Amino acid sequence: MALDKSEVAKIAHLARLHVNDSEAVEVANRITDILALIDQMQSVDTDNVAPLAHPLDVVQRLRADVATATDQRQLLQQLAPASEDGLYLVPVVLE
Amino acid sequence: MNWETVIGLEVHVQLSTVSKLFSGSATKFGAEPNSQANIYDLALPGTLPVLNAAALGMAVKFGLGIGAEIGRRSVFDRKNYFYPDLPKGYQVSQLDFPIVGKGSLMITMDDGSEKVIGITRAHMEEDAGKSLHEDFHGMTGIDLNRAGTPLLEIVSDPDLRSAKEAVAYLKKLHSIIRYLDISDAIMAQGSMRCDANVSIRRRGTKEFGTRTEIKNINSFKFVEKAINFEVRRQQELIEDGGRVVQETRLYDADKDETRSMRSKEVANDYRYFPEPDLLPVVIDEAYIAAIKATLPELPDARGARFVSEYKLSEYDAGVLVATREMADYFETVANGSGDAKLAANWVSQDLLGLLNKHNWEISQSPIQAQRLADLIKRIKDGTISGKIAKTVFESMLHDTASVDAIIAAKGLQQVTDTGAIEQLVDTVISNNPDQVQQFRAGKEQVIGFLVGQAMQLSKGKANPAQVNELLRNKMKAK
Repeated sequence: MALDKSEVAKIAHLARLHVNDSEAVEVANRITDILALIDQMQSVDTDNVAPLAHPLDVVQRLRADVATATDQRQLLQQLAPASEDGLYLVPVVLE
Repeated sequence: MNWETVIGLEVHVQLSTVSKLFSGSATKFGAEPNSQANIYDLALPGTLPVLNAAALGMAVKFGLGIGAEIGRRSVFDRKNYFYPDLPKGYQVSQLDFPIVGKGSLMITMDDGSEKVIGITRAHMEEDAGKSLHEDFHGMTGIDLNRAGTPLLEIVSDPDLRSAKEAVAYLKKLHSIIRYLDISDAIMAQGSMRCDANVSIRRRGTKEFGTRTEIKNINSFKFVEKAINFEVRRQQELIEDGGRVVQETRLYDADKDETRSMRSKEVANDYRYFPEPDLLPVVIDEAYIAAIKATLPELPDARGARFVSEYKLSEYDAGVLVATREMADYFETVANGSGDAKLAANWVSQDLLGLLNKHNWEISQSPIQAQRLADLIKRIKDGTISGKIAKTVFESMLHDTASVDAIIAAKGLQQVTDTGAIEQLVDTVISNNPDQVQQFRAGKEQVIGFLVGQAMQLSKGKANPAQVNELLRNKMKAK
């Protein structure tokens, strides 16, 4: 399965990555190579194999429902480019 | 043209845990912005999620409550999209292996008919933060207190055929969730939210029509209005030769319409994959049995018991079990007064009327269940009539004295003293010679008028049965 430039553009947009035109061909080729490997893997008979959700053969541990975190807003907002009235400020987004 | 409506609902409820789904941040409503958002909620590098045991327990409890399959091994996935109130760039959700599988619930319509609605699945996921678009000199403000709050998303089968059925389903779901006490489920506050998938098709066809998804519906009333608007819009569109486009539409309650959300440049493509930071959640039979043991009596079972134990009608029982608090209240009144039928009438009519009038929850009722039981006891033992009881009920709203004290203070005891009633009856007979004449001439129904006059004269305090008997005797005697 070969990928073309427009598909690269779509995936790049979804991932918010900037891939310029000159790079797109190269990226398309590389992804096509990866897909070829996946095609090869898909020829393996997996009918009786349960899907793997995680490579480790252990199960999730649980945490007691206790509010352990303290209010660190002042400290954490020092990391933010902009904040006001306790809110983090970001460039305008509208639906 | 004969159209059939097809509706499926996606309902999100915030589980009422004290901490978040994957972090130790508090989940209190109304806290200072970002005071309940820690390093995991902010997606700082290197932070890892740990699943909240109570959230898992509540999800399983819901599944058991609707008789659903429980996922013995459930898996979290990442749902990827970019939005500033989702700092990680993905929402942790469950796709292929949800905690709750197929189940169902039964809805009852106004005409008493019942219908089973399938539930496809319910899964755990984290809530997003909130964006505030106003007043930040061209910037958007982000509050991440809500980010990471545990949600249970409950997806129905496309079994609903009208807006009314959708509302009945939502109310039943709300009732079960409140009985299970796993969420406040307050639509106005967003702790219960509803998206509706709506399509129409010609009656008799098997294939579904193209559906639209309506978001931003925040009350039971708006669910009905939004769906009805959307159904009409789709009908007109198709009948005018157009086609329904699959899209997300926002309901605008002020204008009572749905409108297309500016379609995102690329259609939703969430690229789900298993969340590598979380391991599969495995639960065993002992765990499920332990949660099953905590299940309360749910509304359907409780309603059936009200019918058999208290001899209530199906309808009354249905009204009284709608909320757990109301059912508890009724049982206290019924057992305290010893008269379930009177208790049912007073709770479902007088009390419910009062609560609706003031928009109160039953927990805010100024009249406690035991006091209402005391009032009913005084009707039963003949101290007051049912009519006077309404006056006492009114007084009880702002007077915290005991029922007996109110009756005594206002002199409302029923007059059963024969001498006093005789006087009343004599007055009525001499005041209404014409009617008395008619009665004697055989016009029986006049008695109602005369008893009414006597009751009025006694300000409702005379015992009507006694008045009736004395009137008859006196008029016949002469």
